[in-house]
Amino acid sequence: MRKITIDPITRLEGHGKIDIFLNEAGDVENAYLQIPELRGFEKFCEGKYVEELPRITPKICGVCPEAHHLAGTKAVDAVYNVDPPVAAKKLRELFYCAHMIHSHIAHFYALAGPDFILGPDAPPEQRNILGVVAKVGLDLGKEVIKHRAYAQQIQEMIGGRATQPVCGLPGGNSKSINEDERKSIEEKSRACLEFAKLTIKIFEDIVLKNKDYVDIILSKDLYYIETYYMGLVDKNNKVNFYDGNIRVVDPNGKEYVKFAPADYLKHMAEHVEKWSYMKFVYLKAIGWKGLVGGIDSGIYQVAPLGRLNASEGMATPLAQIEFEKMYKTLGAKPAHNTLANHWARVIEILYAAERMLELSLDADITSKDIRKIPTAVPDEGVGVVEAPRGTLFHHYKTDESGITKKVNLIVATGNNYAAMCATIAKVAKKLIIKGKADNKALNMVEMAFRTYDPCMSCATHAIAGEMPLILNVHDHNGNLTDSLRRD
Amino acid sequence: MSKLKVVFYWAASCGGCEVSLLDTNEKIVELGAIADILLMPLAFDGKYHDIEQLKDGEIDVTFFNGGTRSTEHEHLAKLLRQKSKIMVSYGACASWGGIPGLANQFHVEDILKCVYEDTASIAGSNPSKTRPQVKTDVPEGELTIPGLYDRVFPLDEVVKVDYYLPGCPPHVDWVVKTIDAIAAGKLPPAGSVIGSSKTVCDECKREKSSDRKIKKFHRVHEIITDPEKCLLEQGIICSGPATRSGCGGAKCLDANMPCRGCYGPPPGVVDQGAKLLSVVASMIDANEEEEIEKILSDIKDTIGTFYQFTLPKSILKGGVK
Amino acid sequence: MIDNFEPRIVGFLCNWCSYAGADQAGNQHKEVPPNLKIVRVMCSGRVDPQHVVKAFQSGADGVMVLGCHPGDCHYKEGNYKALRRMKLLEKLLHELGIEKDRFKLDWVSASEGDKFSRVTIEMVEKVKKLGPLTIRYNKNNEGGERHE
Ligand code: SF4
Ligand code: SF4
Ligand code: SF4
Ligand code: FES
Repeated sequence: MRKITIDPITRLEGHGKIDIFLNEAGDVENAYLQIPELRGFEKFCEGKYVEELPRITPKICGVCPEAHHLAGTKAVDAVYNVDPPVAAKKLRELFYCAHMIHSHIAHFYALAGPDFILGPDAPPEQRNILGVVAKVGLDLGKEVIKHRAYAQQIQEMIGGRATQPVCGLPGGNSKSINEDERKSIEEKSRACLEFAKLTIKIFEDIVLKNKDYVDIILSKDLYYIETYYMGLVDKNNKVNFYDGNIRVVDPNGKEYVKFAPADYLKHMAEHVEKWSYMKFVYLKAIGWKGLVGGIDSGIYQVAPLGRLNASEGMATPLAQIEFEKMYKTLGAKPAHNTLANHWARVIEILYAAERMLELSLDADITSKDIRKIPTAVPDEGVGVVEAPRGTLFHHYKTDESGITKKVNLIVATGNNYAAMCATIAKVAKKLIIKGKADNKALNMVEMAFRTYDPCMSCATHAIAGEMPLILNVHDHNGNLTDSLRRD
Repeated sequence: MSKLKVVFYWAASCGGCEVSLLDTNEKIVELGAIADILLMPLAFDGKYHDIEQLKDGEIDVTFFNGGTRSTEHEHLAKLLRQKSKIMVSYGACASWGGIPGLANQFHVEDILKCVYEDTASIAGSNPSKTRPQVKTDVPEGELTIPGLYDRVFPLDEVVKVDYYLPGCPPHVDWVVKTIDAIAAGKLPPAGSVIGSSKTVCDECKREKSSDRKIKKFHRVHEIITDPEKCLLEQGIICSGPATRSGCGGAKCLDANMPCRGCYGPPPGVVDQGAKLLSVVASMIDANEEEEIEKILSDIKDTIGTFYQFTLPKSILKGGVK
Repeated sequence: MIDNFEPRIVGFLCNWCSYAGADQAGNQHKEVPPNLKIVRVMCSGRVDPQHVVKAFQSGADGVMVLGCHPGDCHYKEGNYKALRRMKLLEKLLHELGIEKDRFKLDWVSASEGDKFSRVTIEMVEKVKKLGPLTIRYNKNNEGGERHE
């Protein structure tokens, strides 16, 4: 094997990398978020049975395999032009709500929580889940573990496996649930609902009652970028994770367009920069104007805040109350305060729990009628779901025997990449002054991307989970003056 | 006895292997009691430079997941090897390339062209055919990203591996067993796969006849199968006969889906795909060449069917294309 | 086609028919190409697809499996089993990019020294035309070229 000469100190794990350039005065000239890898699922899915793709593509990301599994399953439904029985759809949605809960709980408590619960300037070695547990108490820690586990168990009951599920196939689901399983899901859903309420309260107590945090969230100088927003909505324009149309609102909150998933190519396109393996997605009709926000730039955002911004509310009562509360505090809808993603995320936990309970009580949910045998000649199909991190697109084309010819994947984090880059540069410019970058400032730069819960595994179909980060600080001659990292 | 020093590291992985560890739930606390986790990017805050400062062999065990696709992965694999007494190839990707190893059917050039020129949402919007470059000059200076190797390497082609823990992802019971074995100093001989010596078929509760025959192959969506009977006998190709058990029974079969072989080959089998192919073909219920060909004409993707998880470790690797 | 290319052919021959057929060809001084490396097996039904791929990986440019005629297998069903396996293996080899002519399953009885000579000569000719077989990534360190 040949070697690439790269300095191992600055490379490290390199799962994500930010380079910050300073001018002569030591102020930030620009900052770049780079994604260093690529696995090429689009290519090697070619030649495979299309109905296997819901089992192959989840290996893009083990943090949200369920999202890929269902986007893939919906895409193969479309390829075979088959509409699954209603019970199958409900099972999938139930399964998927459980996934949202699992993913959002993990992100809120283990990954993002430390920034708020311990504060952005806490020492790095404390900024982790153990630090959170130390602060909030072991009992809560146990509750977190327990409810995340419940969500995993529900996924396993329906999906066959929790990580890397197998239940979806063209025309339905492979396995129904029996009354015992339903009962168990109902009980777990009730528990998750209580836990969701508790989470909302924790967010209120720790974040909303702390004026410093609220100021940071509301400040237009920091985590704030005016863009378009995108999300799946049901027929009432309420947030839906599993199904519906894609709604886009402009930076003023006006509906810009609403389209069926199959039409995504009319509205979206991608841009490539030489310095990153990840592609930038933008609104086609508005065009690529670089890494800037505003009504004339095609940049848009997804993820919890993007979803809520793009909708007109939540379909369940408690979540709707919280939805209204949030926009009242933020003062505008759409809210361009990117840190409010955390808030939107806990509201989504509540919605997912309420919806899960509804579905577990649904008369259809134990139905055995969960499969329809496809009869049409396969050709092409698009499947879209809301991944925890935002809108996820799978698009497959096949020959007449269902062998995959072409695959296109647009993942949640790709949608957000441009906005993430722009916010990182903005925060870096604001906080790193005269060449001084302390621990707090650098962590606050990281908070600019962490709020999106970005998944670089998905993004490049390449790398794992939450990203470790390298910060390279360059002086005005382009020399590397400082390199810091957090894993 | 002092606590074990343990590292979990991912390379070209999906993160599912790390999540499998979180799925130990309370057990992760027990693990914490016998082991210090020095590095685990998903959940713990260990630093990479902490590893560099360790003495050679100071880490008791590294669990390494993901295949090796870039120089970065290679570098980390070598560094962790040097610092670790025991190197465990964790999961299907590290052990045989896993699903991302299917990329070895193609060259990296094919992949780059597909992703940056041909996919539906890039076609037409990248007329200059811009592609990521290892080095890029931006107005402010130079940016670099790692280069990619032409193929995915299983871990044992990069460094010496002491144990393999199969699965996509590995079942948590085996992880705990492994750690217990290390703690007790009761490890099997180096080079072993830590796992069951049975096949998924052996664990599968479905009824199988002694004389299994296939008259027609079906794909999973084409028929409603009998949940009590062997899928292979119903014409659905299932990797059970050529797959090591250990996933917790026959996990996928319990959800009425065929095994795809994520636990890799059972003991004594080198090439999982060739083995499965052999078993499946022998079951075909025909003796005439023409009829056999007709039955086989329903199998349209042999690589994806027989080597879904093990192409980079198969005897013929990526073939000749 | 490469001049002077002498392909390496591995032949798996069943003990009872084809191996005896090869013997007969030798005794009758029929032409048998020196390119052929013979592996004697008890029955074509004992040839595992793993053996065939291993032969290719170890440097064979072509592989033949020769057994008793249908109905004549010493173990009754062995050659039918071989037929099913090798038919499916053919598909796989083809998908891996190995040309059809590099792999052959045929029946040669103990008294068919002639046929043995003919099929082996044909095989060598066909593989000669195709040239040497290169298995990608055959060595552990191959495929290490990086993209710039
Ligand atoms: S073995 Fe499976 S779970 Fe583990 S990294 Fe690979 S794809 Fe992910
Ligand atoms: S082939 Fe599959 S379905 Fe049949 S017994 Fe084996 S594991 Fe079970
Ligand atoms: S049944 Fe097969 S594919 Fe499914 S989890 Fe078990 S070993 Fe893996
Ligand atoms: S003994 Fe000759 S093929 Fe079976």
